[in-house]
Amino acid sequence: MLKHIPSGDSAFIIKAGDEISEEINGTIRKLLIRLENEKIEGVIDFIPSFNELMICYDPSVAGYRILLERLKSCETEIETAELPEAWVVNVPVHYGGDYGPDLQFVANHNSLSPEDVIRIHHSKDYLVYMLGFTPGFCYLGGMDQRIATPRRQTPRTKIPAGAVGIADIQTGIYPIDSPGGWQLIGKTPLRLFSPDQKPEFLFRAGDYIQFFPVTEEEYIYIDKMVNEGTYHINRTKRQ
Amino acid sequence: MPSVVIQSPGLLTTIQDSGRYGYQRFGMPVCGAMDLLSLELANILAGNSPHAACLEATIMGPEISFTDDTCVAVTGADMSPCINGKNVPMNTLLNVKAGDRLGFRGLISGCRSYIAFSGGIDVPMVMGSRSTYLRAQIGGLEGRALKPGDVLPLGKTTEKPGIKKIPDDIIPRYLSEQTIRITTGPEAHRFEMEGIRNFLTSEYTITDRSDRMGYRLSGKPVIHHEDRADIISAGIAPGTVQVPGDGQPVILMADRQTSGGYARIANVISIDLTLLAQMKPGDSLRFRQISLDQAQELVKERHMILACLAKKR
Repeated sequence: MLKHIPSGDSAFIIKAGDEISEEINGTIRKLLIRLENEKIEGVIDFIPSFNELMICYDPSVAGYRILLERLKSCETEIETAELPEAWVVNVPVHYGGDYGPDLQFVANHNSLSPEDVIRIHHSKDYLVYMLGFTPGFCYLGGMDQRIATPRRQTPRTKIPAGAVGIADIQTGIYPIDSPGGWQLIGKTPLRLFSPDQKPEFLFRAGDYIQFFPVTEEEYIYIDKMVNEGTYHINRTKRQ
Repeated sequence: MPSVVIQSPGLLTTIQDSGRYGYQRFGMPVCGAMDLLSLELANILAGNSPHAACLEATIMGPEISFTDDTCVAVTGADMSPCINGKNVPMNTLLNVKAGDRLGFRGLISGCRSYIAFSGGIDVPMVMGSRSTYLRAQIGGLEGRALKPGDVLPLGKTTEKPGIKKIPDDIIPRYLSEQTIRITTGPEAHRFEMEGIRNFLTSEYTITDRSDRMGYRLSGKPVIHHEDRADIISAGIAPGTVQVPGDGQPVILMADRQTSGGYARIANVISIDLTLLAQMKPGDSLRFRQISLDQAQELVKERHMILACLAKKR
């Protein structure tokens, strides 16, 4: 059941459940697609998250009662509607060494070899539930418990864009240089956020990320192509 | 091309407009002017679109020189503006000549001044906005705070000049103690009665860990039920008041993250967010709850006043 909750005088929340699940998140994405197609007057932005869709609007154009009525009229049969086919985005990662200085720590913490950690990390694809935290940061679901590792006790003051890390049962990629406490296991040469290119962001909610290991030479080669704008990112429809 | 030159930047001066919308789903904050009312008033004076890019100066103003004759207006915090050393009024359209210098003698009230130039600041748009986002170093001028020697190009001046002066009754009074009105938030039910009572009846001080991203308050703790400070990461609106585990509220401002994981107890109403943007560390506030209907009526009222004002041109 969808719940409607105001969040201040210029935002409304539609909540689809109280937990993190692919199904609830799918409802949020379906809602986003439908509401965006409606082009509702006064609506200026959307923030989809795990289990909520925040609708930002201008109350001088439409008050909340009018908006709520419009929202509800768009929600019929939303839970049974089909989601568009998902894309799998293939993301090259060079694991370990200077690229992933905490790989050994993650291995030790879980009594595994670094090779095991790498194999487990790229053995499945991860759903992008939502983006947030910093521009282009993806909240990914479903990492294998066997490589779960707590954050570093002392966060690093600068983590480079492209760093791939683990924090508890989450994995993720730093989209911009930023401080952070994740355990870094590798790095991708892809740009998650390029403000002067179209599209600006590599991923959107609903995509799946499939990591694949590359050697240092391959990393350097791909990095060069990415800089020149000649690297073709491999995207496939998810089966 | 007419431009302005930054002689000295003051404490923190950035280029801001009315914000970057449409990219919050990718984690991109809205940014834009902290005090959207003063931004709009400055632009109305300068004869610009209400959303045009201005300078936002914080606590200590910049010194600026002009390459051409143009018009300028200063709104928001009163930092005692002067041109060539001579005091000039706030909230008024000012004519300047090539070579003139606009400076500020010192802060009298408020926290952020808005300086609009006829034609607006014409730096490149990044994702639909000229707002500076310091954390990701985008927008404005090279995504950073201004520094001495920066040259800011101005846009084309519209045919219609701006209005001469903002009527006094529209200009808010900036006090170091304010009542800030809120509406109830999505997780208000997660707090103990005593916590809610503290929140609505006691005084909170704005700490020095406050910036364009958020204001951290300190005061009587707002207590959660058991251990329920954390929520599943979800959207944050302008003025959302979050309460982390320590019970000290945080109000999310212009550079807020798009999502957060703390219980959202309340939301500052849009009208009062512009007042809050003029408060600084050490100032204190009390919250007062009003209904959503009242909050939206106030937005509509202000919208009408500004529309009338803009029409007077």
